[in-house]
Amino acid sequence: MKTRQFVSGDEAVALGVRLVRPHVIAAYPITPQTIVVERLSDFVEDGSLKAEYLHVESEHSAMAASIGASGVGARTFTATSSQGLLYMAECLHYASGSRLPIVMMNANRAIATPWNIFGDQMDSMSQLSVGWIQLYVEDAQEALDMIIQAYKIAEDPEILTPVMVNLDGFVLTHTYEIVEIPGEEEVNRFLPPFSTSNKMDFDDPKSLCITAGPDWNTEFRYQQHQAILRAADKIYQSDREFGEVFGRKYGGMVEAYRCTDAEVILITLGSVCGTTRLVVDSMRTDGHRVGLLKLRCIRPFPHEEIRQICGQAKAIGVLEKDISFGCEGAVYCDVNSALSQLTTVPQTLNFIAGLGGRNIAKVDIERMFLTLLSSERGQTADHVRFAQLRSE
Amino acid sequence: MERPIPREYKRPRKIADYPQGPNFSAGHLIDVSSGMRTFRPVIDAAKCVRCLRCFLLCPDGAIDKSGPELEVDYNYCKGCGVCACECKVKAVSMEKEGVGQ
Repeated sequence: MKTRQFVSGDEAVALGVRLVRPHVIAAYPITPQTIVVERLSDFVEDGSLKAEYLHVESEHSAMAASIGASGVGARTFTATSSQGLLYMAECLHYASGSRLPIVMMNANRAIATPWNIFGDQMDSMSQLSVGWIQLYVEDAQEALDMIIQAYKIAEDPEILTPVMVNLDGFVLTHTYEIVEIPGEEEVNRFLPPFSTSNKMDFDDPKSLCITAGPDWNTEFRYQQHQAILRAADKIYQSDREFGEVFGRKYGGMVEAYRCTDAEVILITLGSVCGTTRLVVDSMRTDGHRVGLLKLRCIRPFPHEEIRQICGQAKAIGVLEKDISFGCEGAVYCDVNSALSQLTTVPQTLNFIAGLGGRNIAKVDIERMFLTLLSSERGQTADHVRFAQLRSE
Repeated sequence: MERPIPREYKRPRKIADYPQGPNFSAGHLIDVSSGMRTFRPVIDAAKCVRCLRCFLLCPDGAIDKSGPELEVDYNYCKGCGVCACECKVKAVSMEKEGVGQ
């Protein structure tokens, strides 16, 4: 039976994990993910979740243990953030290369140094090429729902790829809202038990993580690439099926908000989509034709969706909480790659904001929209703007 | 002793022939594995007291104790010399490959 509870983003994740009944949880606590693993260890202790909770000494070990568990066919969950994500980077490749459908929550947090525990997306954006599907959620309800959907996507026999569910640190992990907690029966109906042949098995012994030298390597990598590309269809399919069972739909790879006749569109991801939505509504009231394109997934990347939705706009902005030093924001690079296939490419600008947890206010976003509205096509200088910079 | 037997390996010709992840049936030997050996252990049956120290310590499990005399499985012995080093009665000597055979 479904219930409604007033919970934080972290708690919503833990409640979602309990509903999918993982066999193994291996995680190391790190702010602002800590509450997730605290709640899960409570659930295991009070018997409401019958899982093996592995106490590990680091994030590298957390992912290594998850790989071992998933490697015997166990449904596995872990969670991390920031430095912890980077510490497990080596193992992220092992998990994806081995085609193990581990699901991990990542609390988006700044990377040292300068030392900072607040939210930005430098951590996950630095790990785009590790072969994981990367989802971003806007609120606690979407966080819970996507934890459940993440297993559906990851464990699909045609995908078998780990999934990272990203929540903005503090803004989402530590703020409270009313969340609908689905009933166990509905979740069981939506998510079948995990079954795979890619595992260690006494009846069919296999060597996992075999060597593939120069003569054999390319095809394994090609398979990984194809699996993640195929995941796009599964994300849409999962969204539809989830909607049928639970009555909530998110749109799949992207959500276009008031983009149909938009002169300018701001592309962004994560919790700031909520603020942007409000700004779009208020600017629409003032007669500005502005829209929001929310990216829900950036690996696989929604190339085609971006072209279709943004192709007719005059200018496109990308608001993101990361910078690839010496280049551009990571999302901006990918958006430009998608748009470059159009005959007429809209003007694009990159807004870097929210670094180290600096608040992105409605007025900041309104300023971005006004900049886009006054920008000229073909403008070449100054594409990357640090939106909240204290300059002279 | 159940000695490992090399089996035929069908090389994948197209993507569909590949396993989905980098895994393969365990213990599927496609070749014997002793090509890197420089010295070969030779057991002198007259000196051997069958204490089985070499059998226990051989890192490749290449000592066969199923017959009346201990034998080295040269298909898998890498020539590391642990057996010769550990033998208390000096029944194992290391002989240069290609010499005196």
